[in-house]
Amino acid sequence: MVQKINIMSKSKNTSLFQPELMNEAFKQSFVKLNPKIMFHNPVMFTVWVGTLVMLFVSFSTLFGVEGQGSFVYNFTVFIILFLTLLFANFAEAIAEARGKAQADSLRKTREETPAKLENGKTISSSQLKKGDVFLCEAGDTIPTDGEIIEGLATIDESAITGESAPVIREAGGDKSSVTGGTKVLSDKIKVVVTTQPGESFLDKMIALVEGASRQKTPNEIALTILLAGFTLVFIIVCITLKPFADYANAPITIAAFISLFVCLIPTTIGGLLSAIGIAGMDRALRANVITKSGKAVETAGDIDVLLLDKTGTITIGNRKATKFYPTTGVDEKHFLKAVVLSSMADETPEGKSIIELAGVNPLNYKLENPRYIKFTAETRSSGIDFENIRIRKGASDAIKNLVEKAGNHFPKEVADWVTQISSNGGTPLVVSENENVLGVVELQDIIKPGIQERFERLRKMGIKTVMVTGDNPMTAKYIAEKAGVDDFIAEARPEDKMEYIKKEQADGRLVAMMGDGTNDAPALAQANVGVAMNSGTQAAKEAGNMVDLDNDPTKLIEIVEIGKQLLMTRGTLTTFSIANDVAKYFAIIPALFIAAIPALNELNIMNLHSPESAILSAVIFNAIIIPLLIPLALKGVAYKPIGASALLRRNLFIYGLGGIIVPFIGIKLIDIVVSIFI
Amino acid sequence: MNTEILGIIAMFTITLLLAIPLGKYMAKVYAGERTLLDPVFNPLEKLFFKVSGINSKNEMTWKQHLVALLTINLLWFLMSMFVLMNMSWLPLNPDGNPSQSVDLAFNTTISFLVNCNLQHYSGETGISYLGQLWLMFLQFVTAGVGMAAAVVIFKAFKEKSTTQLGNFYDFFVKSCTRILLPLSLIVALVLVFEGTPMTFEGKDTITNLQGDTVQVSTGPVAAFVPIKHVGTNGGGFFGVNGAHPLENPSFLTNMTEMVAQFIIPMAMIFAFGFFIRRRRFAWMVFGVMTVGFLLLAIPNIIMEMNGNPEIAKMGIDNSLGAMEGKEVRIGAAASGFWSIVTTVISTGSINSMHDSSMPLSGMNELLAMMINAYYGGVGAGILNFFIFIILAVFISGLMVGRTPEFMGKKIEAREMKIAMIIALFHPFLILVGTALAAAFPTVGSAAISNPGFHGFSQMLYEYTSSAANNGSGFEGLGDNTPFWNISTGIVLLLGRFLPIIGPVAIAGLLAEKKFIPESSGTLKTDTSTFGLVIFVVIAIVAALSFFPALALGPIAEYFSLK
Repeated sequence: MVQKINIMSKSKNTSLFQPELMNEAFKQSFVKLNPKIMFHNPVMFTVWVGTLVMLFVSFSTLFGVEGQGSFVYNFTVFIILFLTLLFANFAEAIAEARGKAQADSLRKTREETPAKLENGKTISSSQLKKGDVFLCEAGDTIPTDGEIIEGLATIDESAITGESAPVIREAGGDKSSVTGGTKVLSDKIKVVVTTQPGESFLDKMIALVEGASRQKTPNEIALTILLAGFTLVFIIVCITLKPFADYANAPITIAAFISLFVCLIPTTIGGLLSAIGIAGMDRALRANVITKSGKAVETAGDIDVLLLDKTGTITIGNRKATKFYPTTGVDEKHFLKAVVLSSMADETPEGKSIIELAGVNPLNYKLENPRYIKFTAETRSSGIDFENIRIRKGASDAIKNLVEKAGNHFPKEVADWVTQISSNGGTPLVVSENENVLGVVELQDIIKPGIQERFERLRKMGIKTVMVTGDNPMTAKYIAEKAGVDDFIAEARPEDKMEYIKKEQADGRLVAMMGDGTNDAPALAQANVGVAMNSGTQAAKEAGNMVDLDNDPTKLIEIVEIGKQLLMTRGTLTTFSIANDVAKYFAIIPALFIAAIPALNELNIMNLHSPESAILSAVIFNAIIIPLLIPLALKGVAYKPIGASALLRRNLFIYGLGGIIVPFIGIKLIDIVVSIFI
Repeated sequence: MNTEILGIIAMFTITLLLAIPLGKYMAKVYAGERTLLDPVFNPLEKLFFKVSGINSKNEMTWKQHLVALLTINLLWFLMSMFVLMNMSWLPLNPDGNPSQSVDLAFNTTISFLVNCNLQHYSGETGISYLGQLWLMFLQFVTAGVGMAAAVVIFKAFKEKSTTQLGNFYDFFVKSCTRILLPLSLIVALVLVFEGTPMTFEGKDTITNLQGDTVQVSTGPVAAFVPIKHVGTNGGGFFGVNGAHPLENPSFLTNMTEMVAQFIIPMAMIFAFGFFIRRRRFAWMVFGVMTVGFLLLAIPNIIMEMNGNPEIAKMGIDNSLGAMEGKEVRIGAAASGFWSIVTTVISTGSINSMHDSSMPLSGMNELLAMMINAYYGGVGAGILNFFIFIILAVFISGLMVGRTPEFMGKKIEAREMKIAMIIALFHPFLILVGTALAAAFPTVGSAAISNPGFHGFSQMLYEYTSSAANNGSGFEGLGDNTPFWNISTGIVLLLGRFLPIIGPVAIAGLLAEKKFIPESSGTLKTDTSTFGLVIFVVIAIVAALSFFPALALGPIAEYFSLK
């Protein structure tokens, strides 16, 4: 089960129109004809009214009403308008269905699972309430979202993230959150339930997609105003045309009026608007990001400053040993042995990398009564004691302290190496034996391959990147330069992040950050876009406005692009929709007046067959352009970081000029077909 | 090259060359910086403010600006109704002209109050010298009001974030004293030397070559005519406006008057650039406006010079161009050029009868007013163009994937609502007005002098001219009836004050917002690409709103003539 879902949730290239989704969307397009639902979309609501009028007009011709044309003609117009409505509803429905399917596949991971309570009772996961405490052991599926209050466990989160490597979650730290549906692989944990049933982030997201709690974003509202404004202009144009036409003795049929009106109002964008919004959230979900509101996605497109943690984002999680520097007079083999022995008990990746670099198997050395010295924050060194030998490895000042305390000399060459390594962005570890310096180990941060290009791309988008690190300023500066970030915060404490965000915001910039710890929570809340890692603490997840299921710090870049795509898709389709009107005018206006004013045939530049065929062709074009553009609405217009002006020129050319030309061709082609029947 | 064409190019070039330094001067005036004329005007303005008890240093919010603006206009309205309805017994009426009826006085008052000067009376017989002087006063102050409103917008984008937008009376008085008055004086001097009368005596009696005695109306014409142009008012002293030999005696006065009406709308653009220190932006605006202007003016010059094919068919020499309704001393080219200048910048003074323009020239004149943002009236032009900027910013912002912003301020739902209402209102007034006139033939279309398409154009023109506060007429319309007086009066009022209130409100709201610094992701608004977007937005909005109406008027007439 889990395996299958995993495949579904990670398959990002699912085809746009899966049959089961199509069926659902098809049903929904009829359900959405309910005027109460239609009313939320002013543009399509006016089409709805027009369709109803055409239905009456069609039947009135059957009962002997004269001067409105034949029943067949009127009824055809009615059918086309009805299809226009269905197409628009279908666009919204298919976007919803896709989003819902995506969310459902995630939700399925949390099907009924038994939950073992503290008192030994077992209940169903759906009965768990906030505050309940349950136990999980190796092999158990975690019944619901919660926070570990006791213990440590390795957990397989592949059901959610698709990442097969198990992760460690433990009480107390910043990695204390567990997600329902994931599986405990080893050990035992005690977990407190953090959400009420039905109120998890995923539940909220599903509600958003389904429209129950979907609110229009500020930008969507502004655009709706623009579209409503255009609709009003065309209402005025069409109503006043009646006395104008009467004055010119060119009576216009109701069908022609309504056709003109429906063609002029921006139905294309009006029909696709909510689909675009839903598709934006859906794209975020496909990137395994749960957004708490549509607004957050939109804001992401406007981000000016991006705060990124060094570790895991810019550099590969851990430092690696890259070079050994034995002190003059120390035998290299002896040095290697000391280094390897001191790292034997060191489970950290750094420790392992030292052994790897030395290329010696520590088990080759036979030791008697070894005693491992663990790293502590006070000593800032670790090591090993055996026989009467004491080997220590640690930060240079810690070892220096140790050496000088014993009355020994800390060699100048070692001090020089330490400075040199630091200024190159590395971390020096000094090794001593019986309080005598043996040499230095250089650890280096490995910058993720390809990260420079990503930052370059961000820079082109106009986004400033800031690296946040606990390193000293010298190391930080080196890595910042090497990775190509614009700024850095060294020796960063959580308050520093907060201050930096506030400072940027005071200058009017929008800031995005990613975080996982409880102490990140205030900054996540302060940031305009705060992405919490799913592995992070509950507090962090509550504070941010997005949750990344993959715990991938580079995800922010993707989110920004999704936000930009969302706005662009709206903008370009609006332009396209309005530009289409030019051709429609040239189709319909001559058709309206040609009988009374033959001279106006000169405006029939497309040379359409007859007034009826011209009007029908325009309305048909207007209807079928909606389903034709659904794929674009769902996928979004591709964003290219080529600078705002160049992007504007490009989109203006494609969607503006294209929007003027395409309908001329389309209407003419449809007219050729239609004229066969008339 | 043809001297007629050279004359036009000279007019345009002179205007541009004068407009740039004038713009710089205006920016200084509004910023309160030192200028050469300080010694003259400082004491004068101090006196005004002392007498009226206004503290001109008191900074206002955008709402306070609008309250001040509307209050002062209401006062002028009441005073004007009194003067126009009682002229017959008031002084300065040597010709014994009658008082105006209520509806005519309403129309006249409104039309002068809104800087439009749609005249449903004839200057020779319909008004006394006192009335003329009162109207002249209105021509000054309403131009000042338009400019002051535009300066509120300048001010809103000068500061990073503010609610304090300067003092309305300060901007208003300075516009009148430091800009309109000196320019008018210069123009008046040219006119007086060219023979324009300046007298308070009644009609002159002359004996013409045939030996007949002719009564010739005169009056303080040389004082009246300059401000009619400088303030883009356009109300003529005489009925036929700039075509009258005493209002516009020679080609030199024609050129002077042309430059005079053109200069402030153009200088206003540069003043904006200097004021907010974004000269590139000003050049972008100027570029868009000029391209739009030329696209209307050049075809008109060509069409008028080519003449009417119907006349040629009758075997009449048509080589001078379409001379019906034109003055020989001005010629077809300069008349065609003027017809667009006066319609784009809302002056509405005419030197030829637009009723007699070729059909598509008539359409261009209509389009110029329907767009009403290529240069535009003093102050009002910038205000109208500002609305199109907001719409263009919104659409292009979306197209590059960023919440739209202009000059570092985010454009959100509230601003869009206002911008859309204003953009909507212009076609609404024009189309609904014309529709009413067409729907009620007994009171409306009965006034037209030519039936058919041309008659439709006459009605359309009248409402377009009113809504655009232009004031020119497709004469031939018998428009001094209660229906036309009242309906155009209402259109005039709405067409004036809404396009002032809207942009000032948007600017005020934007000024209060947080300033967002530019980044490389910001869409620059001073580029030719953005200029293109504005141009397209303007063209599309105009075309979509008016294409059906134009098709039934000038376009149908054009194709019938072919």
